[in-house]
Amino acid sequence: MSSIADPVAGTPLSDARAAAAAPAIALPVAGERELRLDLFRGMALWLIFIDHLPANILTWFTIRNYGFSDATEIFIFISGYTAAFVYGRAMLEAGFVVATARIMRRVWQIYVAHVFLFTIFLAEISYVATRFENPLYSEEMGIMDFLKQPDVTIVQALLLRFRPVNMDVLPLYIVLMLFLPIILWLMKWKADVALGLSVLLYALTWHFDWYLTAYPSGFWIFNPFCWQLLFVFGAWCALGGAERMSRILSSRVTMWICIAYLLFAFFVTLTWHIPQLSFLMPKRLEQWMYPITKTDLDVLRFAHFLALAALTVRFLPRDWSGLKSPWLRPLILCGQHSLEIFCLGVFLAFAGHFVLAEVGGGAFTHALVSLVGILIMWGVAWVISWYKHTADKGASKTKRPVINADLAGGSV
Amino acid sequence: MRPGSGAMLVLTLLAGLAAAGSARAQDTQKDVASQTCEVPPYLLSTESTLPKVAEAIKNARPLTVLVVGSRSSTITASEASAYPAKLQAALKDKLPSIPVNLSVELQNGKTAEEVDHSLVRLVEAKSPTLVIWQTGTVDAMRSVDPDDFRGAIDDGVVALQNAGVDVVLVNLQYSPRTETMISAPPYLDNMRVVAQQHSVPLFDRFAIMRHWNDAGDFDLFSTFHGTDMAKRVHACLGRALSKFVLDAARLDQAQQN
Repeated sequence: MSSIADPVAGTPLSDARAAAAAPAIALPVAGERELRLDLFRGMALWLIFIDHLPANILTWFTIRNYGFSDATEIFIFISGYTAAFVYGRAMLEAGFVVATARIMRRVWQIYVAHVFLFTIFLAEISYVATRFENPLYSEEMGIMDFLKQPDVTIVQALLLRFRPVNMDVLPLYIVLMLFLPIILWLMKWKADVALGLSVLLYALTWHFDWYLTAYPSGFWIFNPFCWQLLFVFGAWCALGGAERMSRILSSRVTMWICIAYLLFAFFVTLTWHIPQLSFLMPKRLEQWMYPITKTDLDVLRFAHFLALAALTVRFLPRDWSGLKSPWLRPLILCGQHSLEIFCLGVFLAFAGHFVLAEVGGGAFTHALVSLVGILIMWGVAWVISWYKHTADKGASKTKRPVINADLAGGSV
Repeated sequence: MRPGSGAMLVLTLLAGLAAAGSARAQDTQKDVASQTCEVPPYLLSTESTLPKVAEAIKNARPLTVLVVGSRSSTITASEASAYPAKLQAALKDKLPSIPVNLSVELQNGKTAEEVDHSLVRLVEAKSPTLVIWQTGTVDAMRSVDPDDFRGAIDDGVVALQNAGVDVVLVNLQYSPRTETMISAPPYLDNMRVVAQQHSVPLFDRFAIMRHWNDAGDFDLFSTFHGTDMAKRVHACLGRALSKFVLDAARLDQAQQN
């Protein structure tokens, strides 16, 4: 398995704390930032960006080519983890109402970011619609018909029901965050019950085929009833679950199961890329396994993510010296400002498509656009962190630092 | 991290981008000169077979083909240049001893489920040997639930097979300009699944067109307005599809028997 294929969310906090705090949630010790979370979230942001561009050499570095799960799983899991980490503390210290108020402010920020992206998207689409009239694609261009009734389209977009391709993650995130107060409140009471309810909702959704409809037709690409499982699981891990699992995580049996499963997934994905190998796949297995749905977060995808996460936690300790290395700095910086960088990534993906369309598309240009995009993401993350640490510091010395979760990322 | 060095790097890359831009202008000129549109063999090989087609050819009976598709199966106002017509020409060329009839039934703007209802009726009316079913585009544009889409093509393929005809599925076009608006992957995946389950050959139009774009045979990003490129792409598609059909019919074996 290629070494690029294993970037994944870090989980448990290794500092030993009394598991005696058992009934309520156990908050991780404040202090040093968990850099592994930033690192892998940064990586997820880069991978999501690359996956949103037309395929190029860099696409081969994204994990979805080596197994079932992809960067979205990492992103949602870490988001759940950090959201619980930040707002769980707020709930314990300041109470339910204050924590809810802070969460709602965050939801509003994400919503505004989404609407902003939609505006840019509209501009791009309108441009393409007026310029591009290749008869080869007269059918596909019918997708622009929504431009003929902006009154409906824009209202539907504000209701999160009309979402262009690649703009599905933020609406999912908004819905998940909306329910975070309830999730945290349940977790405070009994964390395992909260996780159990989440699993139940997931199972019921599969059984009854629940979904949210979209406009003009169809459904939400990321079914929130299913994807909440990863988010809640992340929150559960953050609030002490990871510690309680540490014995399972450190067992050799777990390790070998994970390795075996990852190899299996790798082999299966190999048959997608090299059709000549597909004769090796038993038909029975294919019929049982396919399709591996992303919309409903297939169990195979979830398991793949778990296996990756378990191995990452095992082999990448919290105090790994590499986390301080300047080489990983760009990734960590991006992970620390994830809302901004995520939106930037979506915008850059639009812009990248646009540049490729206008300039043309050799393999070299494709790779270059991805690379330039990543450099811009890094640069902007650097500027944001400069604002935070230098520009804003002098101005508001008296103000207490507000807990601001970058897309619920902890600036703890 | 030194901001200075980062800026230099970005500048260098932008310069590279500009250079690539001018290189591409030359590529486009080259395109016009050599229109090869080779398709790598793995994109034209299939494990599934077309026994009815093979039988018809073996017994020198007329080969009747029915193409059921949406608007991407034609070129507005130049139907004779669209891939079905080119397919017929290529088949006639390769099977000079038997008559090849081909008719096209366009189901504009209909999803797979909506086409399902008319499939059997069409087969009864035309009694074809082979139905080439191009689908997926309308479903992708309307973002029909992929499970429903799979169910619909599943039903359609079963109905066609029960009606005693061979089936070839044709998937979506590779359309880079609308990639940010139409999500093709779930529909491509589901068509592959159904094709596999029912041993139906799947003509991977998407992968083939993407290959041409990547290889520089066609610049599918082009804003060119005329029908010229559409005609050339359809000519290449028709030829590739004829190869694919004859290959899936295992013609060599059929002739030996």
